[in-house]
Amino acid sequence: MAASIAVEESSVQARMARPSRFGDKAFEWLTLAMALTVVVLVVLIGWQLWRGSTLAIQKFGFHFLTTSTWDPVAEQFGALPFIYGTLVSSLIALLIAVPLGIATAAYLTELAPLWIRQPLVSLIEMLAAIPSVILGLWGIFVMIPWLRDYPFPFLKRFFGWIPLFSGPIYGPCMFAGGIIIAIMILPIITSVSREILRSVPDLQREAAYALGATRWEATRIAVLSYAKKGLFGAVILGLGRALGETMAVTMVIGNTPQIAASLFKPGYTLASVIANEFTEATTDMYLQALFEVGLVLFGTTILVNLLAQLLLRTIAVKSATRAVQ
Amino acid sequence: MRQFGGMMKFQLPKILGLIVALGLSATASAQMMINGAGATFPYPIYSKWFDEYAKVDPSVRFNYQSIGSGGGQKQILAQTVDFGASDGPMSDDNLAKAPGKILHIPTVAGAVVISYNLDGNPALKLDGETVADIFLGKIKKWNDPKIAASNPGAKLPDKEIVVVHRSDGSGTTFIFTDYLSKISPEWKGKAGNNTSVNWPTGIGGKGNEGVSGQVKQTPGSIGYVELIYAIQNKMPYADVKNAAGQFVKPTIESVTAALETANIPDDFRFSMTNDSGSNAYPIAGATWLLVYEQQKDPAKGKKLVEFLKWALTKGEGMAKDLHYAPLPDAVQQRVLKRIDEIKS
Repeated sequence: MAASIAVEESSVQARMARPSRFGDKAFEWLTLAMALTVVVLVVLIGWQLWRGSTLAIQKFGFHFLTTSTWDPVAEQFGALPFIYGTLVSSLIALLIAVPLGIATAAYLTELAPLWIRQPLVSLIEMLAAIPSVILGLWGIFVMIPWLRDYPFPFLKRFFGWIPLFSGPIYGPCMFAGGIIIAIMILPIITSVSREILRSVPDLQREAAYALGATRWEATRIAVLSYAKKGLFGAVILGLGRALGETMAVTMVIGNTPQIAASLFKPGYTLASVIANEFTEATTDMYLQALFEVGLVLFGTTILVNLLAQLLLRTIAVKSATRAVQ
Repeated sequence: MRQFGGMMKFQLPKILGLIVALGLSATASAQMMINGAGATFPYPIYSKWFDEYAKVDPSVRFNYQSIGSGGGQKQILAQTVDFGASDGPMSDDNLAKAPGKILHIPTVAGAVVISYNLDGNPALKLDGETVADIFLGKIKKWNDPKIAASNPGAKLPDKEIVVVHRSDGSGTTFIFTDYLSKISPEWKGKAGNNTSVNWPTGIGGKGNEGVSGQVKQTPGSIGYVELIYAIQNKMPYADVKNAAGQFVKPTIESVTAALETANIPDDFRFSMTNDSGSNAYPIAGATWLLVYEQQKDPAKGKKLVEFLKWALTKGEGMAKDLHYAPLPDAVQQRVLKRIDEIKS
């Protein structure tokens, strides 16, 4: 009996290991081709951006990344304020959206009564469906006047001694840009986090409760900590969106290429300047400079993602060593 | 996904145009399709013209993509369209790149108004130097003596001026900075004249709607928008002192008045800002269609010429309803003569 099972198993293994099956091969090639398409697309986009900006790259060289003048009349172009604006507005967005998104996901999977879960999830998904130009208009007519009249003066009064919250308040500013991005990336962070928390096995939770953990402890240790890697992935997805977000940000950030300590000052992002100026750029150098801004945005996105992956790996290694200890 | 969404939006008009074009060619294969692309400012009147012209000559259809003046110039240079459209005349550099001679056909003109947000909506009068100094960031408060000098009796608050300008490249900015460059040597040196400039001060709003939105929302702000936006949004706008020393209200009539006295060369690449006429509003500009003098496709060329002649006569009569200033008769005659020189 046992012997016959062993024979059957080995024949299954043999069958699976046999490489000559045409269907398997075809499937392998097909999926490989699909995966390669993505790679080819990324390389082509990068190459095209590079080709479109060779003149500007030759003329400005590395100074393009380190100077702050953006003067289409004199054809002097430096992208530093745009790089700064993209990074700072995305950072503000993450600082707001990550705690909010993960906490919402934790509430939805761990604590919320069953009847409330589905309506809340639908609401969050609806937030993702709002077109960005509508969000931007809402930003101009509702969010900015409110921010200017209540939260900003409050921040200035109590934290005005920090340069971040100093200076006059006009309304459109870096802070407002960050908040709009936060609203836009909140649904993706929440939805992905929720899926990840839902995939945490119930055994984890039961084990924690069995050891006498409170609900908070069980959520923190058995669920959130277990899902750390996946949650980090959710944040990266949100960050990717934040870096490339264009229309709504353009409408509230103030579009001024400057690097200012205060978040109440207007700023500018890489994606915004392309959206703003590409259609009416008539000279070659101007167009090339805008192409180079696209290349810089492309590079920034890849770089930030790589850094995030690296960070993730360090965290994973650290927590693994801690677990061993 | 997000980035792709953005790209899709950018491509959508083209794709829709393609679908419409395919659909039409399938249903009426005898119909000729004339393609154009360019400026957004004249888009409302151009689409009205194309609609009306379909009744005059049903055998020809127009497909116009309002992708911006830069795109219009690029596409006519690349000969991917039958005509281009631009809010600013093409530069000598760009014209030199063309495979043939490109004609500028002025169609209509529009005014750029200076709008503001002040308590009590006082009617303001501004002269050119004051406007330049405000946009240079040199005049910082509303009760500055330079503003007060032209506005005796107006209640001007001791409040900071918030400058709002266009953040996107636009013909509106081109006209406004063209005016400031003529008025103020300092402006010319520091910022200059283009569809987008290095602004010395202020907040950038996207599009006419962005600037008018921000001016309406920000007390103490000042910005420039197309006349029609100020009218539609019920925003106050200033009378501006012209070269003859008169304060003139921006209206269709005062823009046409500027066209009457403007110095228009034979290639029709002209600027009409700071015009010398006594009734001329000084911040105004024309918009142009760009066509090759030598048409490649004789049949298409013939139809295009017929349309242009119709637009410059019958079409001009529709301008006022859409808040564009029509060309004065004398200019119309000159342009019609030039259209006759198009060879096909």
